[in-house]
Amino acid sequence: MIRRPGRLALVGVLLAGGGLLITSALRDTLTYYRTPGEVLADPEVARERVRLGGDVVPGSLRREGDLVVFKLAEAGHEIVVHQRGAPPETFREGEGAVVEGRLATDGVFRADHVEVRHGNEYRPAEAEPSDAR
Amino acid sequence: MRATTVDLALDTRGGAAGRRTLAWTAGGLSAAAVLAGGFLAPTDAAQGPAQRLMYLHVPAAWVAYLAFGVVLAASVAHLIGGDPRWDHFARAGAEIGVALTAFAIGTGSYWGHLVWGTWWAWDPRLVSTALLLLTYTGYLALRHSIAEHTGARDTASRTVATVGVIGFLLVPVAHFSVVWWRSLHQQATMLAPERPPIDPRMGLALLLAVAAASVVALCVLLHRVVRLERRQTGPAATPTDPARRTPARVG
Repeated sequence: MIRRPGRLALVGVLLAGGGLLITSALRDTLTYYRTPGEVLADPEVARERVRLGGDVVPGSLRREGDLVVFKLAEAGHEIVVHQRGAPPETFREGEGAVVEGRLATDGVFRADHVEVRHGNEYRPAEAEPSDAR
Repeated sequence: MRATTVDLALDTRGGAAGRRTLAWTAGGLSAAAVLAGGFLAPTDAAQGPAQRLMYLHVPAAWVAYLAFGVVLAASVAHLIGGDPRWDHFARAGAEIGVALTAFAIGTGSYWGHLVWGTWWAWDPRLVSTALLLLTYTGYLALRHSIAEHTGARDTASRTVATVGVIGFLLVPVAHFSVVWWRSLHQQATMLAPERPPIDPRMGLALLLAVAAASVVALCVLLHRVVRLERRQTGPAATPTDPARRTPARVG
């Protein structure tokens, strides 16, 4: 029994519109970050602002003035990142991170935002933190 | 006396006694979960004290899924049997699910702020969970507006029940989003096929918290169903037990 076809039509249009918005928005969401391998294979994608994710290479982290320099690696590919601004406190070598920025023509990824990507393993603080994967 | 969930939802003396027992169980489990999560479980090496938010965030998310499962089951039962009683379970389940999803997003956001360094990310898990919240909020709004604007109860509640069934499609999307797509959110620990290392005390605290949240949610569900039932039959009606026919007051 459809009492108000007008209202149903409106709901239908809203749902369709919402669906379109969601799918277009999700295209970016479904690949939340690119891997170093993908960016090296096709550097053009990273000329626009993108997210780059990988593990912070142990031993690569240092500070140069107001820059934080480190390498992000995944599956054998690595990219040097110059991050402007302090990363979160939980940021450390060996842990995952996602940075936002662009790949410069010199092959350095210039980022201004860091998100720490931690694993799904939990262990007490008494254990040596440095051996945490 | 057998105590199935449906018996426990009866507005009778037996039902009320069962609900009271359940409430005490919920209280005991919650106390144990607070002790385990707050004191027994060690502080996480990588994340520090922020990781303790897990004992709120994960149970809220899991039990929200369960609550949406109640909406699904009750909607199917309602569509098949046409018993309006199931409709009350569906509504109560959706209300609990929405509240818990909002709580999971809130605690998750704060956890993200502390550990990831961001309150929100347009990441598959976060977006699908937000969609879940929107869907079931919309479901409740739809119920409300249909109940307000039509006298045709049965048609209305069949429409609602259909939405209650379809909405559940989002639950597996939200749960498996971290596996299907690249996500900032970490993958499941306890529900992973090969469980990654978690300290046993942390695992115990998490399981206790999930158990406590489930039983508390069940209590709220039953309480809400009884309330909805009473509202429908009207305050003047005396609740009766078909078996015993004793008028019962429920405190």
